[in-house]
Amino acid sequence: MLSRTADHIFWMARYMERAENLARLLDVNSRMLLMPQTPQEIQQLWLATLDTIGLLESYGQQQGTVAPDQVAHYLALDRANPGSIFSCLQLARENAHAVRGTLTSELWETINTTWLHLHRYQAAKLDVGELAAFFEWVKLRCHQFRGVSIATMMRDEANYFLRLGLFLERADNTARILDVRYSELAAAPRPNEAGEYYQWSALLHSLSAFETYRKVYHDLITPARVAELLVLHIDMPRSLAYCTAEVAAHLESIANPRSRETRRQAGELASSLRYGRIEEVLEQGLHAYLTRFIDKTNALAERIAADFLLPTGPGVSAENSKMAQGVEATTAALLTAL
Amino acid sequence: MVAFEQQQTIAPGPSAQQASTPRDELKAARSAYGVDSAFSSQQQSLHRQEAPPFYDEMTGRDGMIRPHYQDYAQWLHHTPGERMARKRQEADALFRRSGITFAVYGDEAGAERLIPFDVIPRIIPLEEWQKLATGLRQRVKALNTFLHDIYHEQAILKAGLVPARQVLGNTQYREEMRGVNVPNDIYAHIAGVDLVRAGAGEFYVLEDNLRVPSGVSYMIENRKMMMRLFPELFVRHRVAPLEHYPDLLLDTLRTVAPKHSPDATVVVLTPGSFNSAYFEHAFLAQQMGVELVEGQDLFVSNQHIFMRTTQGPQRVDVIYRRVDDDFLDPLAFRPDSVLGVPGLLSVYRAGNVTLANAIGTGVADDKSIYPYVPDMIHFYLGEEPLLNNVPTYLLRKPDDLAYTLEHLAELVVKEVHGAGGYGMLIGPAATKAEIAAFRTRIRAAPEKYIAQPTLALSACPTFVESGIAPRHIDLRPFVLSGDTIRFVAGGLTRVALKEGSLVVNSSQGGGTKDTWVLEG
Repeated sequence: MLSRTADHIFWMARYMERAENLARLLDVNSRMLLMPQTPQEIQQLWLATLDTIGLLESYGQQQGTVAPDQVAHYLALDRANPGSIFSCLQLARENAHAVRGTLTSELWETINTTWLHLHRYQAAKLDVGELAAFFEWVKLRCHQFRGVSIATMMRDEANYFLRLGLFLERADNTARILDVRYSELAAAPRPNEAGEYYQWSALLHSLSAFETYRKVYHDLITPARVAELLVLHIDMPRSLAYCTAEVAAHLESIANPRSRETRRQAGELASSLRYGRIEEVLEQGLHAYLTRFIDKTNALAERIAADFLLPTGPGVSAENSKMAQGVEATTAALLTAL
Repeated sequence: MVAFEQQQTIAPGPSAQQASTPRDELKAARSAYGVDSAFSSQQQSLHRQEAPPFYDEMTGRDGMIRPHYQDYAQWLHHTPGERMARKRQEADALFRRSGITFAVYGDEAGAERLIPFDVIPRIIPLEEWQKLATGLRQRVKALNTFLHDIYHEQAILKAGLVPARQVLGNTQYREEMRGVNVPNDIYAHIAGVDLVRAGAGEFYVLEDNLRVPSGVSYMIENRKMMMRLFPELFVRHRVAPLEHYPDLLLDTLRTVAPKHSPDATVVVLTPGSFNSAYFEHAFLAQQMGVELVEGQDLFVSNQHIFMRTTQGPQRVDVIYRRVDDDFLDPLAFRPDSVLGVPGLLSVYRAGNVTLANAIGTGVADDKSIYPYVPDMIHFYLGEEPLLNNVPTYLLRKPDDLAYTLEHLAELVVKEVHGAGGYGMLIGPAATKAEIAAFRTRIRAAPEKYIAQPTLALSACPTFVESGIAPRHIDLRPFVLSGDTIRFVAGGLTRVALKEGSLVVNSSQGGGTKDTWVLEG
């Protein structure tokens, strides 16, 4: 497969996954607004959200104040914001368009239709209810994207690069969401238990893990178990352990003579999660742990680019990486500041 | 940039025969178009007063439906206008969803334009197609022989049949190709020959497209769309299939690989996803099951072309390039081009990669060379040309010049190197002042101009805003040359959707139709 083709497929999958995780995060936030809270708490929630996805600084520069519906719009539909859901879906479509011949026509049409319908949400500012419907729509379209890819694509390189992009992105996104929420919640537990319950359950909801938690633990929600579920549980499809196992497996499928060290690093990371214990993770501090994890996935992505995607030469791939690095850099800066 | 680059340049004009139509013929003509209510009053008055000054593909001058349209006309007559309108909307939605569109990037609405698709097919009877096919075969063979000749012995120039200056001094003549041998001596592997039908029903070649002719994907997509919208019509008619075109193309490309081998690696070279014909590039690569590459994906090593893959470099044998000559190799042609591959030309000249089409084919589809194609057929094949050329006056010849200046009001005058309909005089449509101004320009530099009689393009019933009405059409069949000549029956029919317009280009409100060659 052409390196450039693999690159487009890899990034198409990353942007779709990023759009979905953003929608999940924003959806839960919007629900949180329905809980009794002080304006400061609401403000804090949105600041943390912007922080999670590395857009606090650019938002501050553009908008100044933090008004809930303004932030939501900025993150959901602002086409000037390269990190918005709108931009992610647009970039996913641009990458797909560049390799439309490699995708099954059903997969291409799924992405293209998503992009065409996306413009319907552009007309006016959406109210809380409409935003919730929009997030739901984004999630469904992303589910459809994955479903169609699984049901129609050959199990060949195109498929492996797609899955590789998807799970690398998901690993990163889960780690970020967990990092910001967890440090905030665990550091300042709320005085009333009901409030705390909703905060933790919101985190679980945003990762489709609330029901799973109940099923796995049959017990109260505790920070350590939330961390265990989202970091180490190998059967939980959004956990770091699951995502890295997928990454390592797909790297085996596409192995080439250059990729030995990349495979080794991915395997090492996956094993450390597969056989890790939450006590050890929490001992060194979850934040420090997650920061290192995000660094490792970034390093993996860079190695994958060098081994398979960008042997030489500029192009959209360079733009993809640049944009990703921009987001990484801002986020890294913010995470260190925390 | 639009998908179909060449401009249609036959102008409107009075028809030779202008018989008036009796009232009973009006009825026949209307039923020919199916739905009475679908006619605008304007259309009706047109038919009431006189027979249209052009050849109607469906209805004869006697008002009778032509035999090959009878089944269809009957079906159309029983199909309500609303159903047709609904089907047309359905087609639009399907084309949009599958992204069979022109990219218009940077557009605020994010819209991409559709090429309008007309739901009424253009039907050609088999016998007529077979005559055209024989003629196309002959013409493309002669053109390829001509290209080989002018880059080698130049026999036709030595024989004085084509002025050497016209060929060797042409900007499209590539000195780099002198003495270079290409597999099977084929230069134009893919040729798009634009045909029009004039007043009395006879076909003319309007131009030969030998560089990177486009539109074949629309030919295939239109057929798929028609089968989806109106499956019942394909039960009633035996329509020659054409969806296997990509197979024929792949076969053709493999036969011209440097070392003829069945497992030659073929790729399609595109300028990229922002190119307006990108859909077609992606479509053809996918249908042939080959890689769609950009210049940045290829590199030269050890006098061969390789592509960058996830498993390392892979050799490429045949490049079906959809990039113009000028952009192919920045070391040889335009140095600022990022669409090409540095060093490609030297690999090509060494015979280690095949380009389809070859470099330097543009010299054979030039307006100043067009009038000589019948001579080429005589000279190389010793045959009588089967397809008509539009009679062309070369104004560098004193006799032609004198005739043209006397008949400017009837003729179309074009610049030899003009394109896109610019620098052109359409006599019958021009004012006296315009003609006078053009006369001065011609006198100043007659060698820059050619003149042709004004042809009335044939028209085919077409579903437009006001209902079903005749609109002018042309036909672009695609002729493939490798070890042999292959093509599918039919081609792409383009239609000028504006009333009276003869411009079928998609950039100027042109649309497309499915083209049926009826097998019996």
